[in-house]
Amino acid sequence: MAVEQPVGTPVPQQGDQTRIHNIGYRSYDGPRLGRSYATRSLYSQSLRGAYGLGRSVKSKVLPMLLFVVMCVPAAIMVAVAVATKAKDLPVDYTRYAIIMQAVISLYVASQAPQSVSRDLRFKTVPLYFSRPIETADYVRAKFAALASALFILTAAPLLVLYVGALLAKLDFADQTKGFAQGLVSVTLLSLLFAGIGLVIASVTPRRGFGIAAVIAVMTISYGAVSTLQAIADAQSLGEEGGSGAIAWIGLFSPVTLIDGLQSAFLGATSAFPGGVGPSNGEGVVYVVAVLGLIAASYGLLLRRYKKVGL
Amino acid sequence: MYDPTVARLTYRALLGRRRALILGALPLLLVVIAVAVRGLAGADDQTASDLLGGLALATMVPIIGVIAGTGAIGPEIDDGSVVYLLSKPVKRPTIIFTKLIVAIAVTMVFSALPTFIAGFILNGNGQQIAVAYTVAALVASIAYAALFLLLGTVSRHAVVFGLVYALVWEALFGSLVPGARTLSVQQWSLAVAERVAGGEMVTSDVGLTTATVLLALVTVLATWYAGQKLRSLTLAGEE
Repeated sequence: MAVEQPVGTPVPQQGDQTRIHNIGYRSYDGPRLGRSYATRSLYSQSLRGAYGLGRSVKSKVLPMLLFVVMCVPAAIMVAVAVATKAKDLPVDYTRYAIIMQAVISLYVASQAPQSVSRDLRFKTVPLYFSRPIETADYVRAKFAALASALFILTAAPLLVLYVGALLAKLDFADQTKGFAQGLVSVTLLSLLFAGIGLVIASVTPRRGFGIAAVIAVMTISYGAVSTLQAIADAQSLGEEGGSGAIAWIGLFSPVTLIDGLQSAFLGATSAFPGGVGPSNGEGVVYVVAVLGLIAASYGLLLRRYKKVGL
Repeated sequence: MYDPTVARLTYRALLGRRRALILGALPLLLVVIAVAVRGLAGADDQTASDLLGGLALATMVPIIGVIAGTGAIGPEIDDGSVVYLLSKPVKRPTIIFTKLIVAIAVTMVFSALPTFIAGFILNGNGQQIAVAYTVAALVASIAYAALFLLLGTVSRHAVVFGLVYALVWEALFGSLVPGARTLSVQQWSLAVAERVAGGEMVTSDVGLTTATVLLALVTVLATWYAGQKLRSLTLAGEE
C-alpha cells in the first residue's frame, strides 16, 4: 500500500547543507553486570514470584494461604506443648512434612507451572536467552528458586516448632538434633519436589494443565503406593520380616521416598503401615533414588531448554 | 438444550493431544495396580474395597473430574476464544448444559469404567463391590463435573481451587473433622453405593435421602449459576 509521497521541497544541491545530525546518542560504557548477575536476578524474581510478591493481589492469595496452612498446625502444637508442659513435641520434626504432604504437593502444583509455563506461553524464553544467560543458567535459576520457595514453605513450620520447643524449655540438645535432621529432610524434599514439578510443568505452556499433571503425578503415585503398602502389610501380618515388599513399594512415590530415606538415616519414625521403615541396606537404595531423581530432573530440564521453539 | 456443534468442539478440546494422554494414563494405572494386587494377594473383598475406595473414588474420580470439568470451559475463557462461541446465537445456558453433558460423559468413561474393570479384576464383583463403586463413581462424576464446570466459569485459577476442594477438603479435613464429611461429594456418592452393595464393605457417613437431595441440589444449582455467570462474563487480561 505504498502511497505516492508528493515531491515536496527540491533536494538541496549544496553538499555542505546535508549532514547527519548528532543528536547525542552515546554508547554505554558503564560496568556490564554480566551473566551471573542476570542469573541472580532471574533467581530472585522467580523466588519472589513463587510467593506472589511483585505480582497481582490475586496471585498472592494461594501461596500465602498455603504458607499459613503449613504454619498454623505447628503453632497449635507448640501452644499445646507449652500449655500441657509436655516432655516432647507431639510430632517429630521429620514427620511434619509427611503429614502435610497434600499442602506441599498443592504448592508445587500451583507454583511450578506459574514459574515456567507462563514463560513458554507468552514466548518470553527466547527473550531470556537473548540476554547473556545460557540454558543452564535459566534452568539453575528456576530450579533453585522453586527449591528455595519450597524450603521456605517446609522449613518455616519446623522453625516455629523449634523456637516453641525451646521456649517450652524442652531438652536443648535433643531438640537441636531433631531440628537439624528435619532441615536435612526438607532440603532433600524441596529439591526432589521442585525437580519433578518443573520437569512436568516445562512440557506444557498451559498453566491449568500443568497444575493438573503435577498434582496427578504427586497424589496418584502417593495414593497408589500407600494403598499397595497397606495391602502388603495386611498380607504379611503373620510372617516375620514382612516389611521387605512395603519398603520396595515405597520407592515409587516422592513422598514415600523421602519418608523411607529419613526413617533409614535421619532417625525418623516411618509413616509406612506397620511403622517399619526400610533397613539401612534398603535405605541406600532410597538415597540413590532420591539423588538420581534430582539429577535426572535437572538433566531433563537442560535437555528441554536446548531448543525452545525459537 | 443440547447443541451438537458445541459438544463436538468441547470433545475435541478435552480429548485432543496431551490431555487425552493424562486422562488415559490414570485409569490405566488403576487397572495395572488392580492386576498386580490380584496377582500378589489374590481375590479379597476387603482389599478390593480399600483399593477402589481409597484410590479410585477418593483420588482418581476427583482428579479426572477437575481435568474434564474445568477443561471443558477454562482454556477457552483463558485464551479469550470463548467470545467467538458467545457471539453465536446459542443460549448461554445451552452452552453450559452441553459442556456439562460432555464433561460428565468424559469423567464417567475415564473414571467409572476403569473402576468397574478394576473391581472385576480384584474380586470378580464379590459382594457387589465392583458394581457399588462403579455406581458411586458414576454419581460422583455428575456432581464433580457440574461443580468444577462452575469453578471454570468463576475463577481463572479453577484447577487449583478444584484440587484444593478435592484433596484438602475431602481427603484431609474429611479424615480429621467428621462434620466436613457431610459436605463431601465423595460421601454422598458412597451413600448411594452403600445402598447398592447392601453389605458392610461400603459405608458412608451420610444418609441416602440427604445424599441424593444434596447431589441433585449441587448439580442443578452449579449448572444454573454457571449459566448465569456466562451471561455476564467479563474477559480479563492475564493477571
